[in-house]
Amino acid sequence: MLWQALTLGLGYNATLVTLGAAMLGIAAGATGVFLYLARRALVSDAIGHATLPGVVAGFLAMVVLGGDGRFLPGLMAGAAVSAGLGLLCVSWLTARTRLHEDAAIGAVLSVFFGAGVVLLTVVQGLDSGRQAGLETFLLGATAGMLRAEALSIAAGGAAVLALVVVLRRPMVLVAFDPQHAAGQGVNLRGVDLAMMGLALAVTVVGLKVVGVVLIVALLIIPPVAARLWSERVGIIVVLAGAFGGVSGYVGAAVSATAPDLPTGPLIVLTCFALFALSLLGAPARGVLAAGLRHWRFQRRVHLRQGLLALASGQPVYEPLTLRLLRRRGLVRADGVVTEAGRARAARARLDERRWQMLRSLPEFEAASARHDGLSPLSEVLTPDQLVALDRHLGPEGTV
Amino acid sequence: MTGADFVMLSLVPLVIGTLAAIACALPGNFLLLRRQALIGDAISHVVLPGIVVAFLLSGRVAAVPMMLGAGAAALVSVVLIEAIRRLGRIEPGAAMGVVFTAMFAGGVLLLEQSAASGVHLDVQHALYGNLESLIWLDGYGWGALVDGAALRGLPPELMRMAVVTLVVVLLTALFWRALVIATFDEGFARTLGLPVRALSLGLVAVAAAAAVAAFDAVGSIIVIAMFICPPAAARLMTDRMGGQVAWSTGFAVLSAVAGYVLAGYGPIWLGQSSAVSAAGMIATVSGVILGLAALFGPRRRGLGAKQGG
Repeated sequence: MLWQALTLGLGYNATLVTLGAAMLGIAAGATGVFLYLARRALVSDAIGHATLPGVVAGFLAMVVLGGDGRFLPGLMAGAAVSAGLGLLCVSWLTARTRLHEDAAIGAVLSVFFGAGVVLLTVVQGLDSGRQAGLETFLLGATAGMLRAEALSIAAGGAAVLALVVVLRRPMVLVAFDPQHAAGQGVNLRGVDLAMMGLALAVTVVGLKVVGVVLIVALLIIPPVAARLWSERVGIIVVLAGAFGGVSGYVGAAVSATAPDLPTGPLIVLTCFALFALSLLGAPARGVLAAGLRHWRFQRRVHLRQGLLALASGQPVYEPLTLRLLRRRGLVRADGVVTEAGRARAARARLDERRWQMLRSLPEFEAASARHDGLSPLSEVLTPDQLVALDRHLGPEGTV
Repeated sequence: MTGADFVMLSLVPLVIGTLAAIACALPGNFLLLRRQALIGDAISHVVLPGIVVAFLLSGRVAAVPMMLGAGAAALVSVVLIEAIRRLGRIEPGAAMGVVFTAMFAGGVLLLEQSAASGVHLDVQHALYGNLESLIWLDGYGWGALVDGAALRGLPPELMRMAVVTLVVVLLTALFWRALVIATFDEGFARTLGLPVRALSLGLVAVAAAAAVAAFDAVGSIIVIAMFICPPAAARLMTDRMGGQVAWSTGFAVLSAVAGYVLAGYGPIWLGQSSAVSAAGMIATVSGVILGLAALFGPRRRGLGAKQGG
């Protein structure tokens, strides 16, 4: 069953829904990168929660006008309007009062969500049968989704992605250095508006699949995970899109296998699993890589200190140092220094003397800034410079 | 509605809502000034998996295991956020966003899985509570307030919320000076020898306790709204910390009472038959108060530091 779902073997509708969710995930991941780089990731939490009153109001309006209240584009339009209002409130509170953005975000998300719940209970009072569909907007559901709905979600995701590709350059400039961007003639307000507009569009498109409460995760987690892998914006955007897409695909597919597996949480948990893998395995910033670096560094320090001790004729007792020296054949099993060990120790001692001399000479100031107690001086200076330095050392320099 | 009906159906929810609002608004004042306003949001999301796990382990909807589970979940989230922030060198806002959404998703998934076996605990309850259901069956009228037998029939949530609120008020009063100094000028607080880190941790712990107790009774919307809206509105009314706390308490009580009354009786006044969600209405009223304060509050602009910002 699970394998069938993951290989799109559960029928035409389920396949469409899965692909739609994947498209949504790609768009959300790519959009989220710019929010994250501009340090405004949590604004999307306010956007997500602020859609609820719009969804319910859209439902009520369509029922009053005599239509089917569950018509998805109508609900999406309502969501877009109320999320836009929420965004306006956040920026108005931040710009015109002394409140900071985090307080404005929290206030807007709780108040709009509360108003949405009030409207939701109004709908419940009107006609308990017809509102069953609205509760699924809280946590997202793909069960029973219509073909047209899945197609519009995929199309919406693709449209957002296209806009991200078009707008990527100004958005990157503004995210990293707004002042420089303004100097380059970029319209800051316009770019900010575009960025928020894209976040809003992703939220509205993804509402039905991921839900009001959790949609923010699709905009935050993939970019954070992607940021661990690279320092280049282009790569981060592509990776975040890939992480989001995989999450949408896997989440929607798994949720189609059983009735009590809600789609939104599954997508978010897949995102989090990808994030956890990145945190462990990413090459430069990952935990494993950092551990490996630390392990290597520790070994270099121990070896260096052991060699210096040998050179000055002191016995080595520290077990790790002793093990490292033995394994390299520098010390015999009974603790006696070998010929190779004596040579390495002498070289280490000479290197240490040279560093000491170098750091006392003003003409080598630039090189002495690179002193870390480990790197051999021959990696820092040219052979000619070494010869010049050795002249200062006198007879010792000819070891 | 007669006095007897009011005492039986509305008095207890009204009092619990008010207590919850005060318990959240008090620490909210300090969190707001420390720019940690979203901690309330994060806490009310992360406690869900703890509550569900506690429920699955103990097999019943009881207060003590759920409080323990919520506390454990809050602790796990703090550790996770710190770990992600340090290990991945990720900014705190984004680290928080990663952890609280993932933990909430895990909680919902667990809940849906356990709901299959026919259990009374659902996501709606967690989000917007069941304030209206906390009725006092023995409250036959105002006389019941002095009747020992009837008082024993009060919902246990009332006692719990009252104790937590009292503790929050006492702690705020006890550590007032230290908290104020550490909030406004951490460097100065450190030179005075105040335990700045412990104070900051203690504040978050108190906020978490208030959030968990209130979450149990009234759901997470009120918790988030009360952590932020009354203190934010109060901040626009005054420059003095004492004044801000007083204003925020007033706003919290006003939101709770007006929200509950509007939710319960508003639809009846409008000719509708059924009430709307009290939790949602309380949050909405607190938002209206914040909006009014932002439009007309005497200190809405601050001291000119952020003009045109």
